[in-house]
Amino acid sequence: MLKFFLGRVLVLVPTFIGVSIIAFSFIRLLPGDPVMLMSGERVMSPERHAQIMHELGMDRPMVMQYLSYIGGILRGDFGTSVVTKQPILHQFFTLFPATLELSLCAIIFAIVLGIPAGVFAAIKRGSFFDQSVMGAALVGYSMPIFWWGLLLIILFSGILRWTPVSGRIDLLYFFPPVTGFMLIDSLLSGQKGAFASAASHLILPTIVLGTIPLAVIARQTRSAMLEVLSEDYVRTARAKGLSPFRVVGIHALRNAMIPVITTIGLQVGVMLAGAILTESIFSWPGIGKWMVDSVFKRDYPVIQGGLLLIAGIIMLVNLLVDLAYGLVNPRIRH
Amino acid sequence: MTEAATKTVSPLDEMSPRRRQLAEFWFYFSENKGAVIGLWFFVILVILALLAPLIAPHEPYLQYRDAVLVPPVWQEGGRWEYLLGTDAVGRDILSRLLFGARYSLFIGIVVTAIAMAAGVLVGVVAGYFRGWIDTVIMRLMDIILAFPSLLLALTLVAVLGPGLNNAMIAIALVYQPHFVRLTRAAVMSEKTRDYVIASRVAGAGPLRLMFRTILPNCMAPLIVQGTLSFSNAILDAAALGFLGMGAQPPTPEWGTMLAEAREFILRAWWVVTLPGIAILVTVLAINLMGDGLRDALDPKMKRS
Repeated sequence: MLKFFLGRVLVLVPTFIGVSIIAFSFIRLLPGDPVMLMSGERVMSPERHAQIMHELGMDRPMVMQYLSYIGGILRGDFGTSVVTKQPILHQFFTLFPATLELSLCAIIFAIVLGIPAGVFAAIKRGSFFDQSVMGAALVGYSMPIFWWGLLLIILFSGILRWTPVSGRIDLLYFFPPVTGFMLIDSLLSGQKGAFASAASHLILPTIVLGTIPLAVIARQTRSAMLEVLSEDYVRTARAKGLSPFRVVGIHALRNAMIPVITTIGLQVGVMLAGAILTESIFSWPGIGKWMVDSVFKRDYPVIQGGLLLIAGIIMLVNLLVDLAYGLVNPRIRH
Repeated sequence: MTEAATKTVSPLDEMSPRRRQLAEFWFYFSENKGAVIGLWFFVILVILALLAPLIAPHEPYLQYRDAVLVPPVWQEGGRWEYLLGTDAVGRDILSRLLFGARYSLFIGIVVTAIAMAAGVLVGVVAGYFRGWIDTVIMRLMDIILAFPSLLLALTLVAVLGPGLNNAMIAIALVYQPHFVRLTRAAVMSEKTRDYVIASRVAGAGPLRLMFRTILPNCMAPLIVQGTLSFSNAILDAAALGFLGMGAQPPTPEWGTMLAEAREFILRAWWVVTLPGIAILVTVLAINLMGDGLRDALDPKMKRS
């Protein structure tokens, strides 16, 4: 097991180095003068130009620049934002809980609806229920989620006036972040109505971000379940006279869950890409909106650091999924 | 599907093997009703896109100052000249949607063609030669796959400059690893088959082995992945357009139309709803076709 673990971790090292090279070279591929872009000054004397070049360390050879960038990252220094002048890592950690809270809610939404829907569709294969679930899943899978978000805003915020349009909580409420999760913080603050406000802000973004994972999980659960239900051990369990609930719930579901868990792990990348759109639509102050804003403000150090941090998170989650998979399924350890 | 089979036509068969293959393919494909509906819809869409300049009632860029935000014809205040209404500067939405279909199909074709051509080439090389070339290629692909595709495309476009061409290049680059992985896996499993060894013994060079002997037998998963990347390219290009990094206004690209319509969502539902429906229905039709193709082409999925 230790060997399996170390092997998986070692494979990540060259990938991470590659990711850092890509993130690093983005800023150098830009057309135009990076000094002008990074300092934000329009006109400058050659002396001032050389001075800034030196301050930024851009007069050194590329390899040296890269090594010092990596050195900084290993010490937790991802550079500072050109726009806000704040350290990038600090910005990331203040915004990340918002994205994490939204993503967790979305994946829970997708799992809670998707797995039962997939299981029942498989049991009642070919029925009206099966066909409608699979039809809905295909529509969900084909959904342009940025438009889906606008539609939900029209319906629930515009016509029905049930939910707010944007943000994480009403401006009426203010409390210092403890966990960074608005749902928990609002409860801890003890202010009346704060939790309800946070929850109502969360509903629409959760649905929008959870739609594609929901469709994928429902489809995957159904096909995994269908495969398992035709196995000999399920037939044996049925022949033994076990109740259908035990056969499906205990014998089949457990084995069908293995590929589904992998699918759920793979949704992390999908969620972070979806967060870019969802957060932009709902003005959700998370890392997706942060990246889009930085692209528009041409805040290149942030784009560079954000790319690296987000890729790092995805790689870490994939590693954890891999390891969990190795724990559950001893066959793949070898 | 092998070359040998296509050349020896048995006189006893009424149909040539290629036609029989096609008939067999159609048999499995048409069993999936959704796939046939998707195919029909796709064909209609292609026809509409090709005929857009002839059938569009108005110029897509022309602004009618006396007809700003006119609702669709079935709603109160709607006018027969503007069947689906007009947008905030008085352009006919139906005409813009028809021309938008051209952009979306074009995006799908270009992105899939670039990603597939590059991915297949690299994947065949990796799967055929193995060794260090394979290791280097697969590590590179792992690096690209470590980023969320839309984020990487977004930053690439930010570097290259916003616009439809750069958006297509960025999306193609991001999709290419999927083709590399698939091709490599297929080539590796085909490489040790008897027909390849026979061909090698007969003196075929590596290029012929790679592209004429092995590749045609790896096409099934690639075609399925192709339809998938076709529909995803339309979605991602629309998303980039929506974020302001894809096609630039006043281009009638569906995602860009949505971005322009955003501020009117509570006042004029049709400017927001219609381009989105166009995207959804197009992507859905292609995904339905993709499901049918998978059933028809993947021998593992074929029910005996």
